[in-house]
Parts: sequence; C-alpha cells; structure tokens
Amino acid sequence: MSDATQPDTAKAGPVLAADGTPLKRSLARSLRVQKMRAMALIAPLLIFVLVSFIIPIGSMLFRSVENGMVEQTLPLTVVELQAWDASTGELPDEPLYAAFVADMVIAIDAKRHTRLGTRMNYEKTGMSSLFRKSGRQIKKLDPATDGPFKDQLIEIDKKWGEHETWSVIKTHSVAITNGYFLNAIDMQRTPDGAQAQPEDKRILITLFKRTLIMSMIITCSCIALAYPAAWLLANLPARSANMLMILVLLPFWTSLLVRTSAWKVMLQQQGVINDVLVWLGMVSDASRLVLINNQTGTIIAMTHILLPFMILPMYSVMRTIQPTYLRAAKSMGATNWTAFWRVYFPLSVPGIGAGSILVFILSIGYYITPEIVGGTKGVFISNRIAYHISSSLNWGLAAALGTILLAVVLILYWAYDKIVGIDNVKLG
Amino acid sequence: MAETGNHDAFVEFKRVQKSYDGEILVVKDLNLSLPRGEFLTMLGPSGSGKTTCLMMLAGFETATHGEILLGGTSINNIPPHKRGIGMVFQNYALFPHMTVAENLSFPLEVRKLGKSEREAKVKRALDMVQMGEFGGRRPAQLSGGQQQRIALARALVFEPELVLMDEPLGALDKQLREHMQFEITRLAHELGITTVYVTHDQTEALTMSDRVAVFDDGRIQQLAPPDQLYEEPENSFVAQFIGENNTLEGVVTSISGDTCVIKLDNGDEIDAKPINVSKVGERTKVSIRPERVEFNKDRLNPKAHTLKAKVIEFIYMGDIFRFRLSVAGNDDFVVKTRNAPDAIKLQAGQDIEIGWLPQDCRALDA
Repeated sequence: MSDATQPDTAKAGPVLAADGTPLKRSLARSLRVQKMRAMALIAPLLIFVLVSFIIPIGSMLFRSVENGMVEQTLPLTVVELQAWDASTGELPDEPLYAAFVADMVIAIDAKRHTRLGTRMNYEKTGMSSLFRKSGRQIKKLDPATDGPFKDQLIEIDKKWGEHETWSVIKTHSVAITNGYFLNAIDMQRTPDGAQAQPEDKRILITLFKRTLIMSMIITCSCIALAYPAAWLLANLPARSANMLMILVLLPFWTSLLVRTSAWKVMLQQQGVINDVLVWLGMVSDASRLVLINNQTGTIIAMTHILLPFMILPMYSVMRTIQPTYLRAAKSMGATNWTAFWRVYFPLSVPGIGAGSILVFILSIGYYITPEIVGGTKGVFISNRIAYHISSSLNWGLAAALGTILLAVVLILYWAYDKIVGIDNVKLG
Repeated sequence: MAETGNHDAFVEFKRVQKSYDGEILVVKDLNLSLPRGEFLTMLGPSGSGKTTCLMMLAGFETATHGEILLGGTSINNIPPHKRGIGMVFQNYALFPHMTVAENLSFPLEVRKLGKSEREAKVKRALDMVQMGEFGGRRPAQLSGGQQQRIALARALVFEPELVLMDEPLGALDKQLREHMQFEITRLAHELGITTVYVTHDQTEALTMSDRVAVFDDGRIQQLAPPDQLYEEPENSFVAQFIGENNTLEGVVTSISGDTCVIKLDNGDEIDAKPINVSKVGERTKVSIRPERVEFNKDRLNPKAHTLKAKVIEFIYMGDIFRFRLSVAGNDDFVVKTRNAPDAIKLQAGQDIEIGWLPQDCRALDA
C-alpha cells in the first residue's frame, strides 16, 4: 500500500488520492475554503442569535435557581446560621446576633439591606418592613463596642426574637435554591423541607392547567376553522386562491393590539355581537352574554389571531396532495367520505401537526391578548410571569415559571415526535 | 365507424358531447361501442379529447350531451364509486401513506370483504404482476416500473369488468415501457377484461390494441384495428399521425375504379388509390409509407408512373437503411429498406427513379 499512488479499493486501508494522501483528508482540504465561506456568511446571524437568544435564555434558566443575595449581604451571619440547629425550636445565640449586626452595618452603608428585605419578603410577608425599620436603628450600633446584641435587636423589633424569622433566613441562605421552583408549583421551601403553600396562596398550578387546557381548546378550534379554509385554498384555481390567501394574511398587516382591541368592541356586553343577538331576539336584553373578560373572550380572540398560523402549514401540505388520489379512491369504490377519511385526511395530517405545534406553542406563551380580553378568569401563566418581572420584581420566580413553561413545551414536542414523528411535519 | 344499436356492446358512447366553458366543444358528437373483452386504445395528440372521454367514462366528468352506456344501462347519473370501473392513472396515484398490500386491500375494504378473503385476493393480484414479495413496502420504496405494476394490480384486484388506463406508461423508460406493454396486454387477455387505454404514443397503440380510435379535434378520425389503421389510413391526419409517412400534394386528373392519376404540383404524374377524393380537379394529399417505396429498377412496374428523385442523405440505422430524398419539391421524402445482403446503398447526390404499387399510395383529403 505504501507505493500505491492510485486509489485501490480492493486492498484494505483508506482510499488514497493521486498524490498518496488519504482521499478523505484531500477532500476535506478541497472543501475547507467552501466551508469557511459558508461559516462567514452565517456568522453575523450566529452571533446575533447567540447574544440575543441563547445567552438570555441561559441567564433566565440560571436566575431560576440563583440565590446568592443572602450570602453576599450577610456573609458572617450565614456562617453562624450553619451552626444553628433550627429544629430545636430555640433562638440562636449571641454570636449570630453579633455577626448579623456586623453584616448589617456594612449592608446598610451600601444600602443593600432593603434589597435583601424585598427578597426575604417573597418568602414571608413583613420581612421587607422589618429590614427597613430595623436598618435605621442598627445603623447607630457599632459592632465592635456595643455588644451584646441579642437583647438590643429584640428591643428594636420583637420579630428578631421570633424563631421563624431566623429560620426563614437560614432556609433561604443557600446559594443555589430550589425555592423558586417550589414557589412556581405552589409549594415553599421550609426548614422541614418542601411543603405546600397555604391554600389562599395557591394560584400558579391552576394557571398552568388553565394555560394548557385553553391552549388546547384554541388549537382545536383553529384546526376546525382552518381545515376547510386550507382545503379551499389548495383546491381553488390560482387566481381565486391568491385572493383568498391575501385575506388570510391580512391580519398580519394589522397591529396585534388593534385586533385585540377590536375584539373588545365586538365582544363586550354592549358590543356588536350582543346587540345583534338581542336585535335578532336570540338573547333577551336582560341576559346579555358575557363574552369578554373571561375564558370565552380569550379563546375567541386568540383563535382568530392564531388562525393564519394554522392555515398556512395546512395549505402548504394540502397543495401537495394530488387530486388523483381522491379520484383513484373513488374509482375503487370509495364514497366521498371514505375517500376523504382514508386517503385525504391521513395525507393532510403533517399539516395539521405542524399547525398545531405552531399554534399551541405560540398560545401557551401568549400575553397581550389574555391581558386585554381575559379579565381575571382568562389570564395565562405568561401574564403572571409578566407580573413578577415588571411589578413584584420577583425575577427568580418569573424565571422559574418561564423554565417550567419551556420544559412543558419541550416535553410536548418530544411526545409529538414519539406519536406523530417530527419528520412528518411540513411547514412549506 | 359508429356502431350504434349494437346489442353486444359492453361500453357505448351515444352522441356524446363535452364542453367545459360553454363555448368550445372538447368532444364533438362521439359515437363508440366496445364489445366485451376488447382492448381499445384512444390515441391522439394532447387536447384531442381522448382523456376527457376516459374521464367521462370513469365518472369524473359529466357529459354535456349524450349518453354513456355500460352493460346496456346508462351510467350518466351514477357516481364514479358505484360504476365498478378499475382505473390506472398516469402517475399511478398509489396512496403514499399505505403499504402496497394496504393499497390493494383498499378497494376490497370499501366493498366490505372479509379479512381472509381480502388477503387472498391481494396475494393473488400481487402474484399476478410478479410483486408477491413487495406487499409490506411503501410505494416510495419502489421503482417506477414496480409502482406501475402495483397500480395495475390495484385496478384489477376487485375484478372489474372494465379497466381504464390513462397514459399509464408515460413515466417509464423505453425498455421498461415495452416490457409493460406486453405485460398489460397479456393480463388483459388472460383475464378477459375490457380495457380502454389512453395514450399519445402510437407505437404503444399499435402493439397493444385490438382496435385503435384516433382522436383529433374532439372527434374520432378513424377507428380500426392497428394493421388497417397503419396500412389503410382514411384521412391525412391519421396517415400523418400513425407511423412515418410521405406526403405529396397535387390535383386529381382522372379516376377509374380504384386507381386514379394525380398531377403533382411540379407537373409529375403518379398513380394512387382514391380514398377521400371523388371527382377530377379536386386537390389531394397523397400518402405513401416509406417502406412501400421501391427504388430497385428491376422491381419497378414498367407500366406504372415513376418519379425522379435525388438522394439527399443516407442514414444507417443498423437493421434498416433510411434515405432522405428530394421528390417533386419535397425534401423530406423518406425511404426505408431492410439491411439485407443484396440491399442497395444509395449515395447522397445520386439521381434515382422511384415508384410504388398504386394500392400503397392513397389519395386523401387535402
């Protein structure tokens, strides 16, 4: 083989190029320039996606477990808390109080104690004001000379003499916590492990369930409305099909906010639909239908808004189904219905699948429409996430909710792949 | 050509017309009848109305006027799925989401046959087209020829008495096509089914059919067995469309019985058989098949008119020699001769004399 300059497949060993180098290496070298050029072409997009998509998502995922604040603000206290056994039911000893005062004095100087208070307030109400009010008093103490501090602190606020205050701080002093995730599924991190939230604070599981169920209803109603439309689009002559296609795409040219607000006009109790129904005598004036600020409103408006995302993939699949399939089925004795159900429908399933994935994933994370027409009964989990991001500022919980949402979508995607097969999905 | 009132007719078109837009008739006054067991081919250029006729028979198009009878009863108002006609489509139309066996089983399922009976019939149909081992495959895993066999088996599996085929071999390469032509005719005759076959390939039509209906401009131009169609075309269109043909144009100068004399446009005179000409002075197109032209001086009939010709091109085709001649102003006059040991090889530029038997030279419509 050493003197072989011609590729000789009959012999064992790699095929050689004319100059004796292995053919694979020689091929790779000749393709390298092409590959480099291809890489250069996609590099801007790659970098953009990395910066604007991958990194934020990674940061969000990390934020859902990250909990360094207690440790950073109260480093000495955290060390002392390790030694304290909360299960005895006794208050911590003087060294911990001393450490706490030392930490707090530094924190108050840097104005970090109120942020810690806000953080602890997510876990136990009242903590925020406790930190803020005590901060003013502790500021006057000198950790080196003014000890012992235990009684002084209890004097400042009797909550410092409560076992629960310290056990909450201890519970949430770990740097990586599952607390946000527990909160996200209506549980809480306690000294005795994970426990259910009190009944009146449980809301998120309900919201998750509602989001999933309503997304499914929206997906199903989109399928029901889109299928005939897509069929018509795929079977009309090109001229009329183009016209119809413009009508399908028209909503994309209108602002989402405008469309949603229009639904508000349509659906409200003094709105167009109710007026017409009353005028027709189908509904009495006294019992006008409640179509908005509830789940019905959200379902109607979102079905409308997401409909094009169902029609388009369906259409692109149906367009490829040859009409001769139906003719063949009929020539073999199938009725119109049998021909449709046994031949056309199975061939159109990839379109339904693609549309359903698209609509479901879009609706599971939808925010604006439920916010405007959903009232309190029709809001989704994403509205809660938005609330935690912009109002309560509990980003950790928002991140945990987002992560769970992401996981749910991935699980559903996986399940779909197992059942229908993702390579069956055609988007165009 | 129309055999209306034929009591043996299995399929019958009676004065059928078809228009799509209310302005143009795609099929004009079609009369056609097929006895049971016949293999009839509808041959014609695209747009001649042959496929429309087939679709009307299958029930996918409705006749604008006239009646279509199957086994003596009118099927105008019977939907396609109740006609019980097997059909093979141009692109096979095998259901891609079903296996071969499921495809074949489909017509039996919709007829509500039992499972064991279905399996037996599917197996028999697959064996019939020598595809017994392919039952579990998907259509996409088969070659074009194999798909074609399956499409054939699927059209036959429910034992229809009438099978329609719409250019079923159009997508196959030449060799496979020839093989399948033979297979289809063999099966059709073995099973005794009546077949209506649509094609634009005249070789296919000639080799496969009992009778060929040549379509043009929405009408049947000639309906005849292949040999008759080739040797005795009834008009210029058929003469041109079927096989290779030489045309000379001229005027009839005399007619006596079954020979006439034609004065060609350059002044030469030839003998021909009058087919579509009836009176002296009429313009005509004369048609002669290339293999019927004689240029061997020893074999020329001394009494018949002959023509002077100049050899323009000699084409060697292996089994035959093909010469292109210039005859009476026509530079595309083709002559063929078998590559026999005593065959004369003409050279380009050579001046020769050609002639033919008057009955091989047909004076048709201009």
